Amino acid sequence: MIHVLERRSEEALAAASPAKIDVRQLDFFYGKTQALKGVDLPVPADAVTAIIGPSGCGKSTLLRTINRIYELYPDQRAEGEIIIDGRNILDPRYSLSKLRRRVGMVFQKPTPFATTIRKNVAFALSYYERLPKQELADRIEDALRRAALWDEVKDKLDASALSLSGGQQQRLCIARTLAVRPEIILLDEPTSALDPVSTAKIEELIHELRQQFTIVIVTHNMQQAARVSQRTAFFHLGELIEVGDTSQIFTNPRVQRTQDYITGRFG
Amino acid sequence: MRLRRKLADLLALAFATAATLFGLLWLAWILWTTIKQGAAAISPALFTQMTPPPGASGGLLNAFYGSAVMVLLALVIGTPVGIAAGTYLAEHGRHSRLARSVGFLNDILLSAPSIVIGLFVYELLVRPAGHFSGFAGAVALAMILLPIVVRTTDEALRLVPNQMREAAFALGVPAWRVTSQIIYKAAISGIATGVLLGLARIAGETAPLLFTALNNQFWSANIGQPLANVPVVIFQYAMSPYDEWHALAWAGALVLTAFVLGLNLVVRFFARKGSK
Repeated sequence: MIHVLERRSEEALAAASPAKIDVRQLDFFYGKTQALKGVDLPVPADAVTAIIGPSGCGKSTLLRTINRIYELYPDQRAEGEIIIDGRNILDPRYSLSKLRRRVGMVFQKPTPFATTIRKNVAFALSYYERLPKQELADRIEDALRRAALWDEVKDKLDASALSLSGGQQQRLCIARTLAVRPEIILLDEPTSALDPVSTAKIEELIHELRQQFTIVIVTHNMQQAARVSQRTAFFHLGELIEVGDTSQIFTNPRVQRTQDYITGRFG
Repeated sequence: MRLRRKLADLLALAFATAATLFGLLWLAWILWTTIKQGAAAISPALFTQMTPPPGASGGLLNAFYGSAVMVLLALVIGTPVGIAAGTYLAEHGRHSRLARSVGFLNDILLSAPSIVIGLFVYELLVRPAGHFSGFAGAVALAMILLPIVVRTTDEALRLVPNQMREAAFALGVPAWRVTSQIIYKAAISGIATGVLLGLARIAGETAPLLFTALNNQFWSANIGQPLANVPVVIFQYAMSPYDEWHALAWAGALVLTAFVLGLNLVVRFFARKGSK
């Protein structure tokens, strides 16, 4: 009961704090197909926001606009605004490098680079900061610790990252992202390729990380959304249907379509 | 009905096996002839003495040396350009029309007859200089190597999953760094395979050397001058009426065959390592 109360107050806090990311009237196109339609979504700082919805609803697409990774593909484009700390990051003049350093992303499939564990973590870090050897080693350790991987890999930092298990690889990807000290972390179905034990570890990790980072997680697993997030946004056919505190969305949704989805009537 | 199916199966199997054996037979025959004829002339002198005049004894040292120099020089010229062009096709120009045209032209170059390339380099380098040279030979070999490296680099890079590319770019690191530090590492065995296959191909090329490096009876380390090389020596000695020359031609053929076979084994090793 106390736990529930605590949760509630945290959620109230999350809702009250100013938006770290403010998505305004966002449209997204894959060629001629529109995948997002006029999305308005404020994302509070230092909390976990879950994005749920059936396949093809645009939830991953939304995530991919927040760090502009979609720009790798010339036929994809976004219109509207995404404000982070008062600046529209969709503005082409906003430096991609700066944006992606602030907004880290972890993908559905673990994507370790074909090199050592150490170099996986050092790769982006040594691009942004020229660190003396010892400090670099400390930063790598720090990132691996925060990703709850240090104890498992501290004796084999020079082993190939490909030798790790799937769950470890995914935590390595998180460590890689944390190493450059981002403010926002985007998680695109980070556990959908993992076993239950690894999934539990990643979820625990998300709990830890939300103290310091603004986290947006896309998940097709509603239990997971309920477990890890304070805010939940429900998308359907490219539109934001409803957003609110996670407990409210799951116990008392205001929109019928949300209710139908979370009770398993479609999707 | 069942019997008929079994019979058809047996017949197809027999036919396929026979066809395989037929194909292998020629390879075995070629190898056997080369070994039988070449082994007799394999001796220390082969690797320590120069190509002899008719009637004298000698070896192929100058030809081995000349071939090694030209093939290495061709690698030095062709590999960086080929890898760079393949990288452009697979990474930076992936969605551009220019890359598609370049890829198409590369395929044409890939299937260009090597004698045409030899003639082209003759016009380009040999005629203006007024004489044949090892450098011209290396350039001709590089032009044969180039499209092979371009194509295999392109393919090896395309095999790198897009997720890895996205994950690297998502860290905000610029493209050249993503390519050089992440993508190349993931594709290295494929790229190395391409370079080695190209090397095996140019090691035995004769036609482009006929108009470019020609041949040299004597020791020469000067790539500005005509340079001895194994394929052309084999060609000239095999066509000659002298028995000593015939033996040397077979010995050269044996060494060349062993080299190319060995290279293919190395390629297989790399390819297997890459698939793990």
